[in-house]
Amino acid sequence: MRRPALAGLLIACAASLAAGCGPSDSRTVLHFWAMGREGEVVQELLPEFERLHPDIRVEVEQLPWSAAHEKLLTAIAGDSTPDLCNLGNSWVPELAMLKALIPLERRVAASPTIDQADYFAGIWDSNVVGGELFGLPWYVDTRVLFYRKDLLAAAGFAAPPTSWPEWLRVLEALKRRSHGERFGVYFPLNDYAPLIALALQQSAPMLRDHDTHGNFANSEFERTYAFYVDLFRRGYAPSLRDADISNVWTEFGRGYFAFYMSGPWDVGEFQRRLPKSLDGQWMTAPLPGPDGPGASIAGGTSLAVFRSSTHQDAAWVLVEYLSQPAVQQRFYALTGDLPSRRSAWTAADLAQDPYAAAFREQLERVKARPKVPEWERIATEMQLVTERVVRGELTPHLGALELDARTDAILAKRRELLAAGARL
Amino acid sequence: MTPARAGVLLASPALAVIAVFFFFPVLAAFALSLTDFDIYALADLSNLRFVGLRNYAQLLATPLFWRALGNTLYFAGVGVPLSIGASLGAALLLNSRAARCRGLFRTALFAPVVTTLVAVAIIWRYLLHTRYGLINYGLSRLGIPAVDWLGNPHTAMPAIILFTVWKSFGYNMVIFLAALRGIPETLYEAAELDGAGAWARFVRVTLPLLAPTLLLVSILTVAGFFQLFAEPYVMTQGGPAESTVSVLYLMYEQGFKWWNLGTATAVAFVLFLMMFAVTLAQLFVARRTATL
Repeated sequence: MRRPALAGLLIACAASLAAGCGPSDSRTVLHFWAMGREGEVVQELLPEFERLHPDIRVEVEQLPWSAAHEKLLTAIAGDSTPDLCNLGNSWVPELAMLKALIPLERRVAASPTIDQADYFAGIWDSNVVGGELFGLPWYVDTRVLFYRKDLLAAAGFAAPPTSWPEWLRVLEALKRRSHGERFGVYFPLNDYAPLIALALQQSAPMLRDHDTHGNFANSEFERTYAFYVDLFRRGYAPSLRDADISNVWTEFGRGYFAFYMSGPWDVGEFQRRLPKSLDGQWMTAPLPGPDGPGASIAGGTSLAVFRSSTHQDAAWVLVEYLSQPAVQQRFYALTGDLPSRRSAWTAADLAQDPYAAAFREQLERVKARPKVPEWERIATEMQLVTERVVRGELTPHLGALELDARTDAILAKRRELLAAGARL
Repeated sequence: MTPARAGVLLASPALAVIAVFFFFPVLAAFALSLTDFDIYALADLSNLRFVGLRNYAQLLATPLFWRALGNTLYFAGVGVPLSIGASLGAALLLNSRAARCRGLFRTALFAPVVTTLVAVAIIWRYLLHTRYGLINYGLSRLGIPAVDWLGNPHTAMPAIILFTVWKSFGYNMVIFLAALRGIPETLYEAAELDGAGAWARFVRVTLPLLAPTLLLVSILTVAGFFQLFAEPYVMTQGGPAESTVSVLYLMYEQGFKWWNLGTATAVAFVLFLMMFAVTLAQLFVARRTATL
């Protein structure tokens, strides 16, 4: 007697399948490539969107960040891009150059819910390439200082430093108390982000002449370079790579160093991994600058719509929905990702989170990285040359000249194409 | 129709397939390696330029290429003898008169070969996990402190070698087994009558008769080990500190991460030339030892 039941089930399945893909469903299907854990979490926001927009159905395809960049480029080469995706804002210049994304200003101007003034200016600017906006900031990150309150207090400092001279005084005091066994600050030699954050604090850009030449051998960058290298030369920072220490939170917990520069992802990580005895003994602070509070890197993830999409209007509706402050607050509650709109920061849990305060302040002072597709290669060269400078093989000035030479070599093709009149 | 013409006619479909799917792509790839195909060329093909051998020259001046080459040679230099040794050892054990349940062991030892590489690589990542891995658990029972296998630049490559040897030795083992079966028992009996011990019989009878098989196995294994890619891609992403970047991994990063197809195809051709040279050297050594 089980057969009829089975047959009934099959018929029900077939009926539901027909309903799912038959002519009765005339909804627009949006293909949304969502990278990282956010791709999983964003699906919880979509039922509400589909209820508000019954004519649109969203299909989320999740990609791991580690494979996202090659997947995007392959899709562009193979002309099989989705309708929209989220992407790191440092990839926007590259995809814009590939003419894979549509410009968004006109849509922003016409949108009743998106107000440019509500966004952090530096983050917004990181999505602007050649005067055109190609991505809408979704969630943001930047680098701030993580520091040990107890170690600073023991050295006689009640508050974190706000300028380089103050910072050097704190580091000197920490060094005198540590007898050479511990350090003031840890900047891993395999991570270029701290140096780039400090370099962005200067008004001179790192590339010049329409981003066709390195601009490292000048007094401003060299001031940053000398400051950075001196941290190692004076014994404030250990000349180590991440592989040389057990891991950051263990060493931070042990007090091996008092300052570390990182992003919002490490707040949760530190809360989970540091011993309970350190609760309340560490805090975040905005970056000190050469003469007072300084800038940091405009990081984060943007939403972008693809040029090859045949549903650009529907994709934009989804971008608008995900950008609403209320939706951003829900997204923050689900992921812990910092919202890109100031008005979303009024959410109670975010406004009262002491660790988020430094990020909130820093986000008002963030600057975009140079907007060339070659930037990541240039940054890697910065890391390699700087390691040699720190190890004393080059003086900071020779290091800056070497950086210019290597950057000019990387940008050679860009220079030649621009000289030949190409529009990049 | 002459037999020669008939032969050509019969072989022509296969030759055509080889030409279309092998020779033509290889030639196209070589042509690509002489251009500066990069992200700008992807945007607009008019940005593609002929650069001659510049990609090759730049590659030889890139420290990461030499690092990748060193890593690959380290992997092959340690891995190939280990793998062949393990295969031969297992084959000898299975072939010995004392062996019981041969079929079972042969299947069990061959099993890793038929598993999916990516899936077992992920399982090995669990086994090698610093805090929860079975391997460190076993070491801790012996009083050895936990090793951060895949996170330490000094242990990541040995861990990958261990995994690859485990994964691949069954294949050569089966080849060796077949060859061992082909050695007539009478030779061993004659050697035994002449007073040869077990070691002397292995060196004087087994090894010389295995020589052609050994050559074949070593050529296949070297070629396989030079193409190290999926293991670091799944287990370490080339890290830590670039200690597991192989030549092929470098090619993948250049080609599909940065879309520098000119450079990537140049890497591929350098790897091809290297493997060709190593294989020629193996054949040369084999011929020399055969004439001695």
